[in-house]
Amino acid sequence: MSKEDHIPPRWLDWLLERFCAPHLWEEVQGDLHERYQLRSKRTSKQKADWLYFRDTISYLRVSIFKRKDSLKPILTDMLRNYLTIALRNLIRNKTYSVINIGGLAVGMVVAMLIGLWIYDELSYDTYHPNYVHIAQVMDTRTFNGESTTSDLGAIPLANELRTKYANHFEHVSLVWKNYTHVLAVGDKKVAQSGVWTQPEFPEMLGLHMIKGSRGALKDPSSVLITNSLSKALFGEKDPLGQIIRIDNMAEVKVAGLFEDLPKNSTFYETKLFLAWDKAVSTFGGGVKEAQADWDYRNWRIFVQLKEGTDIHTVNNIVKHIAQPHIKEGKEEILLYPMSQWHLYNQFENGQVAGGRIQFVWMFGIIGVFVLLLACINFMNLSTARSEKRAKEVGIRKAIGSVRTQLIGQFLSESVLISFLALVLALAFLWISLPFFNQIAHKEIHITWASISFWTIILGFTVLTGLLAGSYPAFYLSSFETIKVLKGALQIGRLATLPRKVLVVTQFTVSVTLIIGTIIVYQQIQFAKNRPVGYNREGLVLIHMNTPELYDTPYNFLRSQLLLTGAVKDMARSSDPTTDISYIEKNISWKGKDPSLVPLLGSFAVTHDYGNTLGWQIKEGRDFSREFPTDTGSVIINEAAAKLMGLKHPVGEHLSSPGQPDRIITGVVKDMIVTSPYQKTMPMLYMLEYKWSNFIMVRLSPSLSVHEALERIEPVFKKINPGSEFDYTFVDEEYAHKFSDEERIANLATIFTTLSIFLSCLGLFGLASFMAEQRIKEIGVRKVLGASVFSLWQLLSKDFVLLVSVAFLIAVPVSWYFSNSWLQQYEYRTSIAWWVFIASGTGALLITLLTISFQTLKAASRNPIKSLRTE
Amino acid sequence: MKGTYLGEFEEVVLLAVAIRSGDAYGAAVTSEIEQQMGRSVNLGAVHSALHRLEEKGLVNSQMGGATAERGGRRKRLYSVTIAGKRALEEIHQLRNQMWESIPKTAWS
Repeated sequence: MSKEDHIPPRWLDWLLERFCAPHLWEEVQGDLHERYQLRSKRTSKQKADWLYFRDTISYLRVSIFKRKDSLKPILTDMLRNYLTIALRNLIRNKTYSVINIGGLAVGMVVAMLIGLWIYDELSYDTYHPNYVHIAQVMDTRTFNGESTTSDLGAIPLANELRTKYANHFEHVSLVWKNYTHVLAVGDKKVAQSGVWTQPEFPEMLGLHMIKGSRGALKDPSSVLITNSLSKALFGEKDPLGQIIRIDNMAEVKVAGLFEDLPKNSTFYETKLFLAWDKAVSTFGGGVKEAQADWDYRNWRIFVQLKEGTDIHTVNNIVKHIAQPHIKEGKEEILLYPMSQWHLYNQFENGQVAGGRIQFVWMFGIIGVFVLLLACINFMNLSTARSEKRAKEVGIRKAIGSVRTQLIGQFLSESVLISFLALVLALAFLWISLPFFNQIAHKEIHITWASISFWTIILGFTVLTGLLAGSYPAFYLSSFETIKVLKGALQIGRLATLPRKVLVVTQFTVSVTLIIGTIIVYQQIQFAKNRPVGYNREGLVLIHMNTPELYDTPYNFLRSQLLLTGAVKDMARSSDPTTDISYIEKNISWKGKDPSLVPLLGSFAVTHDYGNTLGWQIKEGRDFSREFPTDTGSVIINEAAAKLMGLKHPVGEHLSSPGQPDRIITGVVKDMIVTSPYQKTMPMLYMLEYKWSNFIMVRLSPSLSVHEALERIEPVFKKINPGSEFDYTFVDEEYAHKFSDEERIANLATIFTTLSIFLSCLGLFGLASFMAEQRIKEIGVRKVLGASVFSLWQLLSKDFVLLVSVAFLIAVPVSWYFSNSWLQQYEYRTSIAWWVFIASGTGALLITLLTISFQTLKAASRNPIKSLRTE
Repeated sequence: MKGTYLGEFEEVVLLAVAIRSGDAYGAAVTSEIEQQMGRSVNLGAVHSALHRLEEKGLVNSQMGGATAERGGRRKRLYSVTIAGKRALEEIHQLRNQMWESIPKTAWS
């Protein structure tokens, strides 16, 4: 037997060395080898090797792996120590901990909510797979140097884009405006909004089809409906092939079922897509007349650019294609990309000029500021308490901590706190999101399962922790060991300066927000208080959306309604009282400046319109049945009279090419029709029965609204048996005009309140700390005869000074921002000086209230307690 | 310290250490058990039992001499402590006491 044979397999030895704890290795390896030698003498090498393997494997156990506790401190030990110290500090100073963690959590919730909101705003329309290629054709017309941009275009324009520029566009589609349709299946009736569209449109939007195909509208008798609509109409039945009666005038067959569009899609409201050709064959809608008329703009045009084409290049090519065909003014085409629809919805001189994006910026900035306020609280409290931690720093340094270690300690401490705050913030977020959605009018969900959500949240938390902890970390670690341990550390003026700057920053932000919020509310109130010109209460509008409503003779319906006793009067008009759809440009009058193209909103109304609406005649008289010549006459509003520059407009003739002249019978007081923030539009009210689209009913004030509606419902049921009695209240429609601004105001109020809360929270902590720090001084002063009031004064003085400085900075800042915000409104409030005074006084009062709790507590304490030690 | 309850295997190992007194290291204890019980025993199991016994204070150890078979590595020599001896005695006594309590009729 040679010596070589007695060597056990090397790899097993190597393995053992890997896993065995170093202090056990020698004996274990020795024992293994000894047994191997013993065995290899008795049995074959193979068997010995096998048994050696088995023995080695039998050492795979925890007691063998476990390394001996080392006496040398390693990184984890130090971290554990930091953690222990941090937790002890948190538990010992409960008030500070609550202020720190709670404040930070509130800041985080606000930042997260705003972040989610911004994300939702930015992700608008991204549901559509062709998002980057879709654009809407916008039409900008310029008269008298004033441009208006409209989303409606003419049919020949769409045809020209489709045929002559086919190499740029994948699809071009004409789409009707969104209208509410009454859908009937058997006895079941549902009102939903939908569009008549050319067959390419569903393909362009990339609807997610559940059943059927996107191209189904090639067959004019088809309809595509959403899943939810199908559920409402057919329940669980298969909707494909089912017949739906639309507005009691046409029958269509369900040829496709698509997933409901999300709320952050422009087409969220659109629940059904109907074929364009069906509309043409059923009610015409002016399509035939408009085939070659470049001035008949009544349809939306959507295009999908070819892959690889640049929208600006294409836009420059098609920009002026309408100009040669129109009679007057200037016309420019703008391709308005889908990515801008939601956030950039305002136009100036035919170019996109901001819009909602300014709110995204505004709230983004507020979010950053609120988070900053919370971080400032953290920094302030940490530095203020630094004296207490100074000894700890000194001892750590004396034992051998280097500065980087101390920085690491304080940073890890603040990261720990920010993680505790995160847990709390996520809980708050979960609770507050439903309320937030309600206020912001959104459907935001938290994507708990998404990795990017967590990456952002965690990254953000670590960043907050580092940001909030940076100042204390660098400041505390810079203490000199000997001075600290001797107790000679003087936190001098310089040390408190940064803290003061931070408090001033906090209050500047808060006061600015207070002033801004008040001004937003004032502007809304100002617009709300603007005289509307008519009485909105008890005014009901009924859209004439079925042939039966059109066909019912006017006088018959009116007399039937009056007979119920629930109606004061009834009239018909071409438009609802809260919107203008048609603008006249061809009107001329005696002495008109030939270069002026007057833009006059025009309504077709009936004799009873004035009485029903309750308008106020300023000059001349209302339409009257006693004057048969009134047919074809017109009433104008004051703004129109001013535009025309007529001293005595009554009796003047208004002419328009191809139409008989209209005589002005009266001038009516201005009424708000479009936006309450804009100048009043010059208006024409023409006596014309055949252009009506809406029935307007003034309910009798002697009955309750509910009762009155109950009485008139049978009248409509009888004349219009195919549809539900569907109506809107004018006051509600009018209130919608304020909803955007009110939403902003509500959100601003919440954020302002939170920022004040955070600032006060910080101040509260700081005040309690100051009181504690000066407890001996207070004691001595008290013994020497100081009154509680003078002590309160002494302690409050500093804070009041800081808030006053903040106020002085906030005034010009907030004035600048609110003034530039107000500029976007033509009808705007002026910024009153009292707003600033009130905000300043308010901030001061809140400050005093916050700190008084602490200062009074300190001032009224028994001096013996604070002085007997030492 | 953990409780001084002795498992069956631990008891066997402790007895083997006592038998090999003066030269009780892992491999020796293992072969002693194998000889006495007539079955093969895992070295790893014995070692881990020895560690447990040491933790319980029933044995203590010190590093001993190296031999050629061990590749020049030292052995760890275990010896039974007073507590270990007492534990063994207790078990022995308990067993005896139980033996004596068996009625004669049980075997007939």
